[in-house]
Amino acid sequence: MSSGVDVNLENIWIKFGDFVAVREANVNINGGEFFSFLGPSGCGKTTILRAVSGFLTPSEGRVLIGGKDMEGLGPNKRPTALIFQNLALFPLMKVWENITFSMEVKGASAAERRKRADELLDMIALPGQGDKLPSELSGGQKQRVAIARALCAQPDVLLLDEPLSALDLKLRQHMRTELREIQQRVGITFIYITHDQGEALTMSDSVAVMRAGIIDQIGDGNAVYDRPATPFVASFVGENNVFRGKITAINGDEALIATNRSGELRSKITPAAVGKLNVGDEAMMFVRPEMLQLGAGDAKSTITAKVVNEEFEGNSYSIYLEGDGGKQIKMAMPNLGTDPHRAKGETVSFSYDAHNAVVMPAGDLASE
Amino acid sequence: MKSNILFGRVALGLYLVIFFGYLVGPLAVMGLSAFNSAEFPSIIPWQCFTYEWFSTLFHDERILKGVKYSFIVGFGTVILSVAIGLAASLVLTQVWEKWRSTYYTVIIAPILIPGVVLGISTLVFWKKVSDLLGGVDVLSNGIFLTILGQSTFIASYCMLVFVARLQRFDPGLTEAALDLGATHTQAFRKILLPFMRPAIASASVLAFLASFENYNTTTFTFGSYPTLTIQLAQMVRYGINPSISALAVIIVVITVFGALTVEVYRRRSKLKAGEIRQGKGLPAWLFGNTATILLVALSFALIATVYTAQTYSPAQCKADYKAARAAEVQAKIEALRAARAAAAAAAAANGEAPADGGTNAPATQGGTGGFGGVFAPTNLEDAAGQSNGADSGAAAPAAPFGNVFDPGNLEDAAGQNNGASSAPAPAAPASPFGSVFDPNNLENAAGQNGN
Repeated sequence: MSSGVDVNLENIWIKFGDFVAVREANVNINGGEFFSFLGPSGCGKTTILRAVSGFLTPSEGRVLIGGKDMEGLGPNKRPTALIFQNLALFPLMKVWENITFSMEVKGASAAERRKRADELLDMIALPGQGDKLPSELSGGQKQRVAIARALCAQPDVLLLDEPLSALDLKLRQHMRTELREIQQRVGITFIYITHDQGEALTMSDSVAVMRAGIIDQIGDGNAVYDRPATPFVASFVGENNVFRGKITAINGDEALIATNRSGELRSKITPAAVGKLNVGDEAMMFVRPEMLQLGAGDAKSTITAKVVNEEFEGNSYSIYLEGDGGKQIKMAMPNLGTDPHRAKGETVSFSYDAHNAVVMPAGDLASE
Repeated sequence: MKSNILFGRVALGLYLVIFFGYLVGPLAVMGLSAFNSAEFPSIIPWQCFTYEWFSTLFHDERILKGVKYSFIVGFGTVILSVAIGLAASLVLTQVWEKWRSTYYTVIIAPILIPGVVLGISTLVFWKKVSDLLGGVDVLSNGIFLTILGQSTFIASYCMLVFVARLQRFDPGLTEAALDLGATHTQAFRKILLPFMRPAIASASVLAFLASFENYNTTTFTFGSYPTLTIQLAQMVRYGINPSISALAVIIVVITVFGALTVEVYRRRSKLKAGEIRQGKGLPAWLFGNTATILLVALSFALIATVYTAQTYSPAQCKADYKAARAAEVQAKIEALRAARAAAAAAAAANGEAPADGGTNAPATQGGTGGFGGVFAPTNLEDAAGQSNGADSGAAAPAAPFGNVFDPGNLEDAAGQNNGASSAPAPAAPASPFGSVFDPNNLENAAGQNGN
């Protein structure tokens, strides 16, 4: 199996007529990395993937794979293999023929192909299923055949276009682990497209969060989750509570925000916004539900609100409180077995650690 | 209520009988007429069961040539139409999205244009092209022109078949193939073409049948290669015999065979799919497959027919039929003669013989020679010798020259002279020349008078 190579997108613009699908994308993916593009549907992530695989030519910019400019090379000439959203297994070919299609077009003998197919079938834990037709396989099996088919082409880069979206939850979680294992075994670069932040965070070394053709942030899972660069990333990746307000003071990487409903609150400035915030700017502060705890703390990090609803989720409680501008504040509390229930309408105080809150210039939130 | 249902059922049954009679009736009549020995395709009167029309068919140079040309043109048309139709359908479904409806109109137009117009325009156009190129023979060749002319509209049929199939094709499969390193040609050959195979098969059959039965376009383009339909149309002008029915029988049998084979195949694959679902072996391959049973029965019937055809000869039947027919004619003659004789006797008794003979003779003489008895000098004589004239009329099937030279005639005269009024019967001199030279004629008058 070939080792992973770098993939570099240099200033990629992709336009369809007047519509700009991808705007100024600069991405450097290291060889052997599991890289995800995460974003809502229609944000241009599949378009980027098609530009990498060669099905479309960027309007501007360059795609480099292993340092080589891919300009003018069709999908069949690039060292990439794509796993399609609908898998696109050839329905009239048997499983083993599907898997070794890339060898067939290069003129490999049937015996050679059969041997390779059996190896790959062992690898994807489907031994002896080579003579079936794809229509006789289950969803998860088809998935694995599609992976085997792509790997058989010995690509330097494997591109995956939401391959798990058609599977049910259990299988999806299982396949996540499996994909990650396969990637580590073969060691090639994986570029993964998904709108599911769970998938992106569990599998990826790096994640690029996209919004309407723009890449908002590139970083590892922690960076994207804990230190979001924009309000969109903060609200799209995981759940978050937003507090709007104006900056009243800045002290190093900490700021005080006069929030619209909860008075002045203290927060860390997210690294991407350090030096960009000024006193008096409109800002948004985000605190994760699991970072809130009941009980008052420091005056500048204590909020009081009425309980709207409480949901029991087994390992945790979700408490919904009256929040900013009609939006509810969500609090996640671990179930320790002792917690009394809170009545609806009861006013409670809760607090957070200022290190676990991030503030950044106001911007668009991800729509639910 | 109950009677209503009954009425409905009866009406439905009646309707079905009429419907299928309408559909199958002409075929059945035609099929049966192929086995009747009558000279013209008919089943009434039934003469003899025979296979001779098949042998006539296989010895008819024109029909054989027609079949040959039809096949050549048919295969040519299939190849050209399927290729054009496939290309057109690919363009229609996969490129030029903006121009699709315009393109569709253009490509579908030949179906709406009358075949006659296509035929003429093909002829005129390629004649011009041929002239421009300085008279290239191939361009005015009947087979070439017929294939082109037929393909103009048959390709559109094929395209419709392909478009229906292509709409269910996932273009992602082609992309997947390209992504896995296939060239565009390989992607087409290994992915799209296998997917299109059933459509190609049905389009080929459709194209071949459309070509085989085409007349109105071909009639302008066939040149010196008349296809079967052209040949049949020409033959009808000069009179046909049941070998055409024999051809029809062969075509029908081939069609039924083909249809049954397809059906057998279809049902078997269905059963196979069922086998996988149920996970248990099926009983015999024959089980539950009516089409297979029919096919086998038909095959046996065919083999039996061919086998009996080797040994069966309708000669005896034909001879019998001829004899029966002759006897029938003879009986008619006898009856007529008896009536005539009776009338003559009565007339003689009344002394009105000449008038009687005069009215009888021209009517009965109609059966003789091309000109009836108009020029038969006997007409004149009839006034005198009516019995002779009457006989010549009734005995229609006799030799062209009648029995002029029959030595019996002389005897007849004697017989007649002997006064036996019914005696002349065997003489029956029916001929264009009537009994002009009959030496009896003069005597007859005497004999009659003598009587």
